[in-house]
Amino acid sequence: MRLTGFLIFVSGKVLKAVILLAALSVLSFWLVSKSPIDPVQSYIGADAMVVGPEQRENIAAYWGLDRPPLERLYSWGAALLQGDFGTSMIFRRPVLTVIGERFMASLMLMGLAWIISGLLGFWLGITAAMKQGSWLDRLIKTYCFTLASTPTFWLGLLLLIVFAVWLGWFPIGLAVPAGGLAEEVTLAERLRHLILPALTLSILGVANVALHTRQKLIDVLNSEYVLLARARGATEREVLFRHGLRNIALPAVTLQFASLSELFGGSVLAEQVFSYPGLGQATVQAGLRGDVPLLLGIVIFSAMFVFSGNLIADIIYRLVDPRIRQGEASG
Amino acid sequence: MSKSGISYLAAGSKEVRLFKGMNLRTKTLISIGLTVVLLMLIIAGNFTLSADNISTNFEIKNQPPSAVNLFGTDWLGRDMFTRTVKGLNISLAVGMIASFVSAVIALVLGISAATLGKRVDGLVTWLIDLFLGVPHLVIIILIAFAMGGGIRGVIVGVAVTHWPSLARVIRAEVMQLRSADYIQVAQKLGKSRWWIATKHLLPHLAPQFFIGLILLFPHAILHEAGISFLGFGLSPETPAIGIILSESMRYLSTGMWWLAFFPGLALLVMVRSFDILGSNLLLLFDPHRARE
Repeated sequence: MRLTGFLIFVSGKVLKAVILLAALSVLSFWLVSKSPIDPVQSYIGADAMVVGPEQRENIAAYWGLDRPPLERLYSWGAALLQGDFGTSMIFRRPVLTVIGERFMASLMLMGLAWIISGLLGFWLGITAAMKQGSWLDRLIKTYCFTLASTPTFWLGLLLLIVFAVWLGWFPIGLAVPAGGLAEEVTLAERLRHLILPALTLSILGVANVALHTRQKLIDVLNSEYVLLARARGATEREVLFRHGLRNIALPAVTLQFASLSELFGGSVLAEQVFSYPGLGQATVQAGLRGDVPLLLGIVIFSAMFVFSGNLIADIIYRLVDPRIRQGEASG
Repeated sequence: MSKSGISYLAAGSKEVRLFKGMNLRTKTLISIGLTVVLLMLIIAGNFTLSADNISTNFEIKNQPPSAVNLFGTDWLGRDMFTRTVKGLNISLAVGMIASFVSAVIALVLGISAATLGKRVDGLVTWLIDLFLGVPHLVIIILIAFAMGGGIRGVIVGVAVTHWPSLARVIRAEVMQLRSADYIQVAQKLGKSRWWIATKHLLPHLAPQFFIGLILLFPHAILHEAGISFLGFGLSPETPAIGIILSESMRYLSTGMWWLAFFPGLALLVMVRSFDILGSNLLLLFDPHRARE
């Protein structure tokens, strides 16, 4: 009974997402077909002088650009359903392969930042709430509010100035050393290039989870059951571990999952600052150089990425918090 | 939860020590006054700072910050302070236009969702899901590409992505208002929908709307700066902060830290001012939150 309810819940979510994705695909396709940036021109790029009009037509025909937009949408959509996202113009390889490779690099970056910012933010939130009103609390709050107004790329630049230029601990940009092949990069080398962008995203990522956790824990500490526990002589430590953590851990975890959209946006900027060859950098290149298939692929992929995060958050809530299940059953 | 949602939660209580001995309302008013003055100074700076400061002058190029050039000079001998102030104004203008368009979208969709029946409500909720389902930066890049880059692309992109949170607030507010007694009475008295909308709904929504608008600024400006930094937005002829920072990247390895440090810091201060302004206005207009 509970399992079927759960399955219905998940399939309902997935169905909704599929409809959203379909709408998103059509909308994005319409948008890029409106673009005044000529894909043929951006494909040719610097060779514009040597490519004649005939060749241009051939290229247009090769990419199917000579057909009317609706027909193109149809054939693109049909290919999409078969898992064929087309070929990236700048990388000259299938879009899915490019996205897959780039995403693995981004996943390392985002994953690291996600975990660090989650743990650090959670800890900061608890510290602030336990010492509510103290200078420490005010410091943490000021820090978090300031972070919310900090441009990601500026923080990245600052870290670059301090750690790469002044201290010289890290290379300035480029995940692959100049002159080296991508395959020759060792794991240690990769990690070295990962640290600064991950640090940027981690520093910025704590604000949300810290402020949220702080507020939740303050609510818990003001509750009557905590008052009772204190009246019975429980230490602050016991209150935190017996009553606090159980109530605030779940919201923090789900909040982290639900914030994948911001994390993705942040990684686009961070990757650009540090020349980190991830999906974010590919997005920027695709947009700037008019690589339509790749851009569309990334839009759809990033939507799926965000959706997965939200779905996981929903599922965790449902599995762990009985109040939500009951609320749905009775409502 | 969005970032502005957090500022709703805990605004106002952080300046405690600064304003010791004053009541909450005075503190709120002072915070509002200070931020308004700061923002006015930025705008005034745009008109009072001479354009001569940013003409090419190789005699004073690559100067670190000094009393004459507060923020230093760049590789063409341009005064970074003047560039920063002018850049802030461009970012401010773009952010304001985009936020305003966004807030109007939010107002229209929020009210429609709450008053035009279940179907419209469902549609608006669906639209909100659609726009929250893709990273904002990716949508903005897509739209900037669709519009061929430039300032229009940025404004449309930022406007189209920032309305959902405010639309939700307005929708909830109108939903609540609709069941309020005085609205029910007005309906029973035979007042038209238009009369109720203009005499009862809009006056009540106006503060929410304007505060929502101000709280949109920080996000809009940060996104504008981000997208310009990536190279999609404004052209180098209109040096917004994003452009200045993006150009500075090429000179960082030579140790010219001031090119990036001050413009970004100025942007942070401006964005934070808007945040403080918005949250304090909210405290002023919404007495329920004032005791937070």
